[in-house]
Amino acid sequence: MDMPQPSPAILSQRARILARLAAELPPEALITEEAECRAYECDALTVYRCIPMAVTLPSSTGEVAAILRICHEEGVKVVPRGAGTSLAGGSLPTEDSIILGVARLREVLEVSTADRIIRVQTGMTNLSVTGEVESDGFFYAPDPSSQLACAIAGNIAMNSGGAHCLKYGVTTNNLLGVTMVQMDGTIVEIGGAHADAAGYDLLGVICGSEGQLGVVTEATLRILPRPEGARPVLIAFDSNEVAGACVSDIIKAGVLPVAIEFMDRPCIRACEDFAKAGYPDCEALLIIEVEGSEAEIAEQLGLISQIARRHNPVELRESQSEEESRKIWLGRKSAFGAMGQINDYMCLDGTIPVSSLPFVLRRIGEMSKDYGLDVANVFHAGDGNMHPLILFDANKPGDLERCEAFGADILKLCVEAGGCLTGEHGVGIEKRDLMTVQFTPADLEAQMRVKDVFDPRWLLNPAKVFPLASSAARRAA
Amino acid sequence: MRPASEAELSDLICAAQGPLRIAGGRTRDIGKPVAGELLETGGMRGITLYEPGALTLVVQAGTPLAEVEAALASESQRLPFEPVDLRALLGRDGAPTVGGMVATNASGPRRVQVGACRDSLIGVRFIDGAGAVIKNGGRVMKNVTGYDLVKLMAGSWGTLGVLSECSFKLLPVPETQATLLSEALDLPQAVDLMSRALGTPYEVNGAARDEAGRVALRIEGFAEQVRYRLGALQDALGGEWEIIEGAASGGIWAGIRDVSGFAGRAGDVWRISVRPSDAPALVAQMGCPVLLDWGGGLIWALTPEGTDLRARLGAFHGHATLIRGTEASRAALPVFQPEAAPVAALSAGLRAKFDPRGILNPGLMG
Repeated sequence: MDMPQPSPAILSQRARILARLAAELPPEALITEEAECRAYECDALTVYRCIPMAVTLPSSTGEVAAILRICHEEGVKVVPRGAGTSLAGGSLPTEDSIILGVARLREVLEVSTADRIIRVQTGMTNLSVTGEVESDGFFYAPDPSSQLACAIAGNIAMNSGGAHCLKYGVTTNNLLGVTMVQMDGTIVEIGGAHADAAGYDLLGVICGSEGQLGVVTEATLRILPRPEGARPVLIAFDSNEVAGACVSDIIKAGVLPVAIEFMDRPCIRACEDFAKAGYPDCEALLIIEVEGSEAEIAEQLGLISQIARRHNPVELRESQSEEESRKIWLGRKSAFGAMGQINDYMCLDGTIPVSSLPFVLRRIGEMSKDYGLDVANVFHAGDGNMHPLILFDANKPGDLERCEAFGADILKLCVEAGGCLTGEHGVGIEKRDLMTVQFTPADLEAQMRVKDVFDPRWLLNPAKVFPLASSAARRAA
Repeated sequence: MRPASEAELSDLICAAQGPLRIAGGRTRDIGKPVAGELLETGGMRGITLYEPGALTLVVQAGTPLAEVEAALASESQRLPFEPVDLRALLGRDGAPTVGGMVATNASGPRRVQVGACRDSLIGVRFIDGAGAVIKNGGRVMKNVTGYDLVKLMAGSWGTLGVLSECSFKLLPVPETQATLLSEALDLPQAVDLMSRALGTPYEVNGAARDEAGRVALRIEGFAEQVRYRLGALQDALGGEWEIIEGAASGGIWAGIRDVSGFAGRAGDVWRISVRPSDAPALVAQMGCPVLLDWGGGLIWALTPEGTDLRARLGAFHGHATLIRGTEASRAALPVFQPEAAPVAALSAGLRAKFDPRGILNPGLMG
């Protein structure tokens, strides 16, 4: 992984720059000891690490503006950080950068069930947002699997998804307004509790910009009434093709499940060994969940089962109780933990058109043999977002490199099949150098122009998203 | 000018010597009048890819919307966001195109549930003001690869680029629908009732109030499901309701979507987006006939020609757009809500980057 050379000029001015920050911030908002900064050397992509120059933990929008203004004046790069759960290295520091963490911005600013919104500071965790409105019968829909830990700031930066986005959409579909601080310290209000933008949809481009356009300190989020109930059905098949065809038929029949999860044999086995969820021995497993009243659930599950039976499933298990639902989800929810038990693994995140599913799975199987590395597939089948887990041994020389090469090949395959490099984890540094597989120079140029407008000196979240060669001229300017 | 392909469109823009006035079906004559050579997108026509099993559609931007809707209907699918058709309101004929719908982010009553046009738009191809062909997004529903220019293009009124192709996420057409219609209610009562309805788990996907004060609530789904939800909703809300089913229900919502209540009536028409609970006080300040949609979050107002509605409202959270106005009104008043200085600077910066020569619908957005 190439990273730009740190700026000697900035490093030589470290003491003076930190003194300027210290003069503006309360003592608890600035960390300069190397030992303490080490806690921020990486996010959830732990293979890449770098200790930043300092860490700032502001507790107000005003403090964020002060930090950014100083860094802008000094030409210091800033790496925004939510909860540090990025799987793509979205908040990896550089040696000459300062971390701006939003962890202390945790206030709930307003809840209105009448307008179905909540306004929060963005250091709040995803799950705690739902916690605020649960007693009123509402919830915040995007549910990334890290939702217990991940911050709303990171969700906005990465446009996080989750298992239930087939029905409820991803972050961008549930974000109504932000307070954002630009790199030069300008505070800008975009959107609010009302729908849609007055002019250009700036909110739409800020969401998913990986912290490169500004630091979002407050957000107005859409909340939804909690459904009366939900229940899954588990359907087992003896081939991936048939499972894929079944998903397609269900969608065509007009049923809209909230989640359609798909697991292949290696994944089923690992989950079974780990969680003992009682999954059948089969090639492909679907878990399909529907929502509504008891009668509505029964009607929808009935229809799904009827369609599935036409594809001769090995097994079909409609949950009849809370306990059965829990067991059906148990294996799926422990998939990543199960893999971690048996191996080191790398989790990919490409998306493909649902129709290319059988082809892509077959090709991944062939490539797995060529590379001599096992792969387990678990993914959101309704929307084509795959999560192939490549198993490797970190202690074996060369295994990580082979795994990375295999991963890159799988992502290229996703693009070839009409899909994309990342469905919900983001580009970060992990997929930065693959961007040219999906985009032409003109496509990347158009995206970089947006960065030019919001952060003309290219100081925010350096060396992410765009291949270094593509952004070289801008970074040097 | 009427290019027949994306490549031709790119060549024309490269070669353009002056401002271009971009037109699909010319059914949404909104914004400041643009002086420039007419560039029609209707030559780029046809469905590129439709996969019912994946709920995705890729279509050339000049394709008439009716053609798309017919193709989707044959598979019992639809564009989720119920695009508004303003022909009757604006007194236009012609055929609305996909590109025009996207460029104006045209969304209807179902926005309260499934979001706006931009929320169903998953990919675009467009030509920027320098003639470069640019793609963003794709044909998959979940995609966070790079910046999301798809959203930026939706609602940019042709000022950042000319769309050549658009991809959408679709939804199945439910088996049936029904509408609950209340008695006439005053504004605070109506907005409160709509808020309560949208706060239930019964998936109300339309909540509007007509000029007479009646509130309409829509439910869609399988027949049994609709029956159950109608009952549960009435129990939760109380009061007297008339039930309208099937095609008649569909007719009510087509009227709400297309602002039929103001079609053919004299005056300017404004579209105001607000937080629903602010609507009653704001409407009181407007002092003119209004239609409410989106549970009170969208106000259509009919004012005497030349009225500066924003002056009556003062500072408020939201935005007001002059959708129908005489040339005099549109020349005198900003059509789009003026932006705060830092936001205006960002907008101007984007325009300068994507259209450095200032030739794409210059001045349309003010």
